[in-house]
Amino acid sequence: MIGRLEPGSIAAKRGMSDLAIRNLFIIPTIIFLIVFNIFPLIYSLGYSFTDFRASMNAPANFIGLQNYRELLADEYIWINFATTAKYVLVSVGGQVVVGFGAALLLNREIPAKGLVTTLLLLPMMMSMAVVGLFWKLLYSPSWGIINYALGLEDFEWLSNPEVALYAVALTDIWMWSPFVMLLCLAGLSAIPKHLYEAAAIDRAGRWYTFTRITLPLVTPLLLIAIIFRTMEAFKTFDLAFIMTSMESTELIAIRLYKMAFQEWQTGKSCALAYIVLIMVLAITNIYVKYLNKAKER
Amino acid sequence: MAAVTSKGQRLWNRMLVATVFVLVIVFLAPLYWISSTAFKPRSLATTVPPTVVFEPEITPFIKLFTRRVQMRGEVDPEVYEEAEWYEKRVLDAGERFIKDADGNIESSGYWSRFLNSIIIAVTSTFLAVAMGTLTAYGFSRFRMPGENDWLFFILSTRMLPPVVVAIPMFLMYRAVGLVDTHVGLIILYTAFNLSFSVWLMKGFIDEIPTEYEEAALVDGYTRMEAFFKIVVPQTATGVAATAVFCFITAWNEYAFALMMTNSKAQTAPPYIPSQLGSGITDWTVIASGTFLFLLPVAVFTFLLRKHLLRGVTFGAIRK
Repeated sequence: MIGRLEPGSIAAKRGMSDLAIRNLFIIPTIIFLIVFNIFPLIYSLGYSFTDFRASMNAPANFIGLQNYRELLADEYIWINFATTAKYVLVSVGGQVVVGFGAALLLNREIPAKGLVTTLLLLPMMMSMAVVGLFWKLLYSPSWGIINYALGLEDFEWLSNPEVALYAVALTDIWMWSPFVMLLCLAGLSAIPKHLYEAAAIDRAGRWYTFTRITLPLVTPLLLIAIIFRTMEAFKTFDLAFIMTSMESTELIAIRLYKMAFQEWQTGKSCALAYIVLIMVLAITNIYVKYLNKAKER
Repeated sequence: MAAVTSKGQRLWNRMLVATVFVLVIVFLAPLYWISSTAFKPRSLATTVPPTVVFEPEITPFIKLFTRRVQMRGEVDPEVYEEAEWYEKRVLDAGERFIKDADGNIESSGYWSRFLNSIIIAVTSTFLAVAMGTLTAYGFSRFRMPGENDWLFFILSTRMLPPVVVAIPMFLMYRAVGLVDTHVGLIILYTAFNLSFSVWLMKGFIDEIPTEYEEAALVDGYTRMEAFFKIVVPQTATGVAATAVFCFITAWNEYAFALMMTNSKAQTAPPYIPSQLGSGITDWTVIASGTFLFLLPVAVFTFLLRKHLLRGVTFGAIRK
């Protein structure tokens, strides 16, 4: 438990009062965040009920819920959402398999373990945009090393509507599996050794030990990793935007960007932004709940 | 456990370790590839089969910072004689610098984008960490009605998709003239990093026992003095780790930079990919730009390695 100073204790009478200091320290941050995050959202909520176009001088006309009605009836938007769902499923699924697998492999005595782990964590610290850019080099059909390594001649990755989304997801898996690995490793190293010793005495098999001891004890951290990655994958913009520009890879964030900054349908894009926002906040809520749970342990 | 390891198990273990090393090599191949391309002669960058052994050269970096044109015909031997070493490298590659009326070599956009990235990332990091530390102290040491709700509110601002925030911000920035300015991006990145900084610093400050401050208060310090003279020095590690995380986030950010800037205040992430479509692609130049951009992040990751878990979970899991 965190120790707290009692307000009005010995020193509160000298200098500024504790209450004043608390307010001085906290309130500016909250005001800053309200002005630059919440106020813009209120602003865009207003615009979401209008036909405003930022590229024209025409004033905004109030059109009620029409934007929302049009968006929800637009089958292309649903395709964008379906694409996003497919992307989230493939990339987060891949990250869990690779990341958890890597954590199981690394959870033993290995020479230079610290260095190996740090090297593996490098990709996730890098800029999505730049990673996307240099994966284009790797994916190049005629001279990229991926085709060369796999012996695929001239195979199109990024301009092939069937494959492009998976190619982007693969890059995301490369980048973020280490994140899942990091959390799983933390979970694995926290499992008390005596549990495994007891299982060995009972002659429990590998599979039994894995499903009854390892898995349940890693699950809390694995869940945090999954929820966090799901949220990030759902918001993906940079990677897919840089790597391809096809309809089959148009994630919802890219659709939103095009609607707002290329087609200049400002009002409508604000409405779509709100639909996306509500989904993200729902996932955030779940995430924070699990985060707090993990904290209490 | 050691007592029961049989010979078979040792072999199994050794095989697993070997597997790990093979996987690590495959995993790091993309990073090796982009780094090696940054030092290749242009003719070797896109060969089939890929060139692995080559003589590294720094010509791509010279090209990265300058504007050049492809030469037609041979180089004038006299010009070549008089050229500086770096100009010779470019002439050897069949290109020449574009020079202004005074004969100065024109520089490419890379350097100014790189500088913008540094200015914006450093300033926003400083602001986010300074404000975040104060706020974290406030939340850590004092009671506040609904404090968990406030903390959730602060964290949720971090989760907002950049595109969602960018649409109204663009309209507001356009109204007050902050589009394509350093200040504009600094504000956005500070807001984005602030929540992270509060959460991470709160974790670090929670770990400092309150006894130190209490002792200082008894000794006649005011609360303010106790904070600056007792707490702040003890959070040095936390501040450093938080600052590095904030810096990396701001350094890497792409979406806001793409939508809010176009030239004057543009940072490197939107600039580097934009080089792809312009003229004939020289991958060695793109690779050298990428290499230079990734280098600080790689260095910082090594410095941060003990705090990575903490950072990526917003301070919730400390190991």
